[in-house]
Amino acid sequence: MSMQEISYWNREIETISSEALRKLQLKRLKETVNTALKTPFYNARLKKAGINSADDIKRLEDIHKIPFTTKDDLRECYPNGLLSVDLNDVVRIHTSSGTTGTPTVIYHTKEDIDNWTELVARCIIATGSGKSDVFQNMMGYGMFTGGLGLHYGAERVGMTVIPIGGGNTVRQIQLMKDFKTTVLHITPSYLLHIHSKLAEGEISVKDLSLKKAYLGAEPYSENTRKKAEELFKIDAYNSYGLSEMNGPGVAFECIHKCGMHVWEDAYILEIIDPKTAEPLSEEKEGEIVFTTLMRKATPLLRYRSRDLAFIYKGGCKCKRTHRRISRITGRTDDMLIINGVNVYPSQIEQVIMRVPEVGTNYQIYLEKEGTLDKLIVKVEIYSKLFTGELKELDALRERIKEQLRASIIINPVVELHEPGSLPVFEGKAKRVVDTRTKL
Amino acid sequence: MKLNQISIFLENREGRLYEACSLLGEHKINIRALTIAESDQFGILRVVVDKPEEAMALLKKNGFTADLTDIVAVEVDDKPGGLAKILKIIYDNRINIEYMYGFVEKSSEKALLVFRFDDSDKAISVLTDNKIKVIGKKDIVNL
Repeated sequence: MSMQEISYWNREIETISSEALRKLQLKRLKETVNTALKTPFYNARLKKAGINSADDIKRLEDIHKIPFTTKDDLRECYPNGLLSVDLNDVVRIHTSSGTTGTPTVIYHTKEDIDNWTELVARCIIATGSGKSDVFQNMMGYGMFTGGLGLHYGAERVGMTVIPIGGGNTVRQIQLMKDFKTTVLHITPSYLLHIHSKLAEGEISVKDLSLKKAYLGAEPYSENTRKKAEELFKIDAYNSYGLSEMNGPGVAFECIHKCGMHVWEDAYILEIIDPKTAEPLSEEKEGEIVFTTLMRKATPLLRYRSRDLAFIYKGGCKCKRTHRRISRITGRTDDMLIINGVNVYPSQIEQVIMRVPEVGTNYQIYLEKEGTLDKLIVKVEIYSKLFTGELKELDALRERIKEQLRASIIINPVVELHEPGSLPVFEGKAKRVVDTRTKL
Repeated sequence: MKLNQISIFLENREGRLYEACSLLGEHKINIRALTIAESDQFGILRVVVDKPEEAMALLKKNGFTADLTDIVAVEVDDKPGGLAKILKIIYDNRINIEYMYGFVEKSSEKALLVFRFDDSDKAISVLTDNKIKVIGKKDIVNL
């Protein structure tokens, strides 16, 4: 690895001096404040905080005058409280379901998509991939930003892209073989699942041409990376993104695999104490806070990601000056990540509360089925509506399953239980039982 | 002459069937016929008992989810073709059977068939017209 040549997509910006980076950040922060003032939400919020124009931001440190933006703010702004351009200039919309079913939306102009694509291209080149690679994108396309985000970056780099999306393992394996796929974009649990499926079929790892995998969308450990690398004889790189900050391409590992470089010309990175909101120094774990520096349609200032991580001290052997964050160590809220999909228990609760045939007590159970996650939602049937007919209960179960799937995208197993049989929780209900061993 | 079957919801948990049956047994409620309808995650225990009202109250008091369902019980000769004879009458009259189960009586040459029809009243009149003995509430106590 030490002999490997380091390549850059945008050498000038990726190796920019700290001083020049700070200057650039200040300039872009001022622009972003001006853009933000055009949105109804920030216009009110910033003025209240005494920021009437970009002139009120004189130094980078002045960012601390800006109040935080939260997921709840995004929900309250739905659909257009955070839109700062004419809708005619918007070329794409990505929404995600919020904690209580109210979606959040991020708009993108052509320039926004272009900037996002550039960031992803940097990530891909930083891992040593390039034009000659065949890239099989196994992340979901559509509203989920994982698929489209890497797709655009991979095309920009000139890779041969196979936009298959998630699932359909048999076909995935066949395509990997037929087109000599060299790079995968995939969740770690699905990568391990594919390995277990290889064992059942006639195609083996030897028949494949894999060199790398970009792993993201769910937390995993260093051990899992090593395991995946050994099983497939590949290099695996950690990828981080969140839809509020475009999606993938926010932070990515370079060939040295020692933390993910955050593209600091595009985002101001802060780590804060999630309880006191005080800024934390390097190597101290806390909540990641991002400010967009280049986004035109939906600028976000000091957005609290609810993801926990820390910043590594010192520079990287790759000479990129953009600081590195650790893998995500946890969340400040109760969000669950199930097979790469973000799910809030409150979304499940909302569905259950709408079904008259079941009681209000419920339990969310998570377990591993092989390497994949399995979600079991346990509900209690309501005695008075029990008719003694099996088919009615089956239909009820099917109905709850369908409604959950519509809300949280993933397919749960719904279990019906007798009234009073599930544990009753006092005060703030702790209804989630997660028996998954961490990957 | 409809009878009451008790349908008891059983979640998929070890010992739950035993708990339901032992509760009835302890209170001297005699099960005359039974079957279990099962799904992959739960079951419904269907029983015909000698004292259905008493059994229902008892089950509810003990936290079971249960309901009464109309069924029709008939007695047939316990010999080849016994069931087919009944089914022909039902089929000829286009009555739907939602489910059924059977029992052999210990003290006679008869078998007991329990039917859940979509139209119990029509079934009873058709069966009675064809001289099939439909079991009444009193009969079930003496079986």
